[in-house]
Amino acid sequence: MSTAEKKGFCWTKENEALAQHHIAKYPEGRQQSAVMPLLDIAQRQNGGHVTVEIMEYIADYLDMPAIRVQEVATFYTMYNHRPIGKHHVQVCGTTPCWLRGSDKILAAIEAHLGIKKGETTADGLFTLGEVECAGACVNAPVVSIGDDYFEDLSPERVTEILDMIKDGKDVVAGPQNGRQTSAPLGELTSLTEFVEKA
Amino acid sequence: MPTLTIDGKEIEVENGITVLQACEEAGVEVPRFCYHERLSIAGNCRMCLVDMEKAPKPIASCAMPVGEGMVIHTNTERVKKAREGVMEFLLINHPLDCPICDQGGECDLQDQAVAFGRSGNRYEESKRAVEDKNMGPLISTTMTRCIHCMRCVRFSTEVAGVTDMGSLWRGEHTEVTTYLGKILDSEMSGNVIDLCPVGALTNKPYAFTARSWELKGTESIDVMDAVGSNIRVDARGAAVMRVLPRLHEDVNEEWISDKTRFACDGLKKRRLDRPYVRRRGKLEEASWSDAFAAIKKKLKGMKGAEIAGVVGDLADMESMLAFKDLLGKLGSKRIEGRQDGAAIDNAVRAGYLLNAGISGIEDADYLLLVGTNPRVEAPIINTRIRKAVLSGLKVGNVGNAEDLTYAVEEFGDDKAILNAIISGKHAAADALKKAERPMIIVGQGALTGEDGAAVLKAVRDIADTYCVKDGWNGYGMLHTAASRVGAMDLGLVTKGGVDSILDDASADKLKAVFLLGSDEIDTASLKKTFTVYIGTHGDEGVQNADVILPAAAYTEKSGTYINTEGRVQRTEKAVFAPGDAREDWTILRALSDVLGDTLPYDTLAQLRDALAKAVPAAKTLDTVPTEAWGDFGTAGDVASGGIAPTIENFYLTNPIARASETMSQCVDAREDIAGEATGTHG
Ligand code: FES
Ligand code: FES
Repeated sequence: MSTAEKKGFCWTKENEALAQHHIAKYPEGRQQSAVMPLLDIAQRQNGGHVTVEIMEYIADYLDMPAIRVQEVATFYTMYNHRPIGKHHVQVCGTTPCWLRGSDKILAAIEAHLGIKKGETTADGLFTLGEVECAGACVNAPVVSIGDDYFEDLSPERVTEILDMIKDGKDVVAGPQNGRQTSAPLGELTSLTEFVEKA
Repeated sequence: MPTLTIDGKEIEVENGITVLQACEEAGVEVPRFCYHERLSIAGNCRMCLVDMEKAPKPIASCAMPVGEGMVIHTNTERVKKAREGVMEFLLINHPLDCPICDQGGECDLQDQAVAFGRSGNRYEESKRAVEDKNMGPLISTTMTRCIHCMRCVRFSTEVAGVTDMGSLWRGEHTEVTTYLGKILDSEMSGNVIDLCPVGALTNKPYAFTARSWELKGTESIDVMDAVGSNIRVDARGAAVMRVLPRLHEDVNEEWISDKTRFACDGLKKRRLDRPYVRRRGKLEEASWSDAFAAIKKKLKGMKGAEIAGVVGDLADMESMLAFKDLLGKLGSKRIEGRQDGAAIDNAVRAGYLLNAGISGIEDADYLLLVGTNPRVEAPIINTRIRKAVLSGLKVGNVGNAEDLTYAVEEFGDDKAILNAIISGKHAAADALKKAERPMIIVGQGALTGEDGAAVLKAVRDIADTYCVKDGWNGYGMLHTAASRVGAMDLGLVTKGGVDSILDDASADKLKAVFLLGSDEIDTASLKKTFTVYIGTHGDEGVQNADVILPAAAYTEKSGTYINTEGRVQRTEKAVFAPGDAREDWTILRALSDVLGDTLPYDTLAQLRDALAKAVPAAKTLDTVPTEAWGDFGTAGDVASGGIAPTIENFYLTNPIARASETMSQCVDAREDIAGEATGTHG
């Protein structure tokens, strides 16, 4: 029995299958390449964060040194090392979002939830954080909540969304201003006519 | 063989090397921090930027392989600016606390800042600070100084073979650390101190005791094991402050073990600095003449057959020869050089040497270890084996299964396996047969049992069958004592070995026993026997001694040692022996004078001449000899049974190490991590 097992973490049956599915993507002997998806699966199984025990469990599982797992898990900001609330609210604060008002978004969330960056609400529902570019700049400002992106936000809309989530209502992720994905809002502004090839 | 132009000079270099190495060959200096020729390439410090024609921006020369027709410039304005820029970035978060930094004066960062940096600093914001890490009793950390070259991480992973270090977090928050702040589980950990190009990792026991420019360096040889690592002994006044490695490609490359580096504080503790004579059961301080007189009185009328001598693990050849000659003059030929009782046979020189040499391990393609744990018996050799394993060597082991930091096929801890290998009916036999350059290394543990001589014979027969071929002698013996090969060359072997000497002493058949730094035997049997101890420390040897003659340690004399390969090397005197202590051979000569038959050498040079006559092999310095193969060991039954490890604790193998506070701290620290691993702690 490995040290981690003694301390309690062990794959659920489904997650074990999922882990094996990821390991199988890599050539024999290169199972270590699956460390990132496995950390993610473990983080989800553990309710949102990874622990030393989990990192050691994965190190054992992939037959790699524990420090190498820890290096990966600390390098990427998607892995949390402290317990987080049920919904992880991450506000993008990088330049495009910032130019489009991410400061106001953040302030609105802080005021609405009564917490600051890095904190979790008393009811354990929300943890607030700021991240660098979420990769959806065209729809700035952007906030990710759990696995979903909420884009084209206004301070009012983001508080609404938080309330809906709190009340367990369905919210549609994506642009919040009615546009379709990243298509222009309203009329076409360029490439307005379709030109047949001569 | 590509040809490239470096700063206008054409040079043809080997294929596959890097631009940085090519520059070195062309005699052009390129600054660097992360690059190290014995570690993998990281390319993360960017200090080695040079201009390559046709490249849009400067290239990291340490990571760029050479190509035909490359034109490299290292002295353009752009290169100068690039270096200044990198330097400036490196210094942004560096605390610049040089006046209180132990690296000061021998710091790459300092030197390169002077040579390649800007004169001023434009950074006015606050610097980051990083919490220091606990890296045990040997390595002191100031992590704010770290520039993230990752040399220590690469060293521990690649060379030491313990993946205990890494870098956590990212960007501004990057921190180099050991796993969960534990100590490095390695006998080679101290080398990260030398590798660290800044003052982040420094020598903890040496911390704040000296500035590097106050030290006088003496090139010498280590005696903590039988490797003969090349060292530099740094002393200030009468005190040895620290020990550093010296480069020797065929012996220790540029590494030394932690014992070699850190046991030197034991040179100051528990030292014998004046003669003692036991009067009415109590040891009392005495003058040299009183001590000699006491010996003379006791020896009067004693027959040669009633006198014996035992030589310890740290003795140099000059001392051993003088010791042998002195006892010879007293009529005794009974001098034992194998304190541990190993059944080494000195009939055939090849029989007690590591014939292929340490670097020869890299030529081997299969290695069978018999009763040896090289990781603690000779960490440097273990490191070499690991290096060879990484490039294809396969290793098998008969004996205790230990973590040697590389993959080992364990055949089991049973001597009887040797019989099966000789008869060819064993997996190890197949492997040896298949190998082109098979090697077998036998350790002292295998030779110390009742059937030691038979084990030696069995190993010899295996070697004879598989490992000795045209131009290749793959047989090797791994010694643990610096003195051992020399003692064998001097013929210091007796029938029945050290056990019989001790038995005869307790049976009163021996009336006088001389110990030359012999501290690893149980001297309780010498209680009744008149015992003269010549040595350095108040250790086991003095427990039952009647006369104690204080001698010089390896840093305090020039002495000849022959390492486990048969390589002859000399220590040099770095400091004077403390108090009244004298160099061993001068003590023996003075004593012979008092006893009425003076040894025929007045100077060290004359003694060396005598040594060269007694042991011609001792003449040729620093080469691995080619010795004729022959028959050795004693045919006999090799009984089934395990092999006892010869070293119980790596950190406590000799009187200097046992006197060292640092070494005992290491013992505690290692016990702590061992305790955690098995869950027996707390
Ligand atoms: S800057 Fe916010 S998504 Fe890119
Ligand atoms: S030496 Fe080339 S990048 Fe560090």
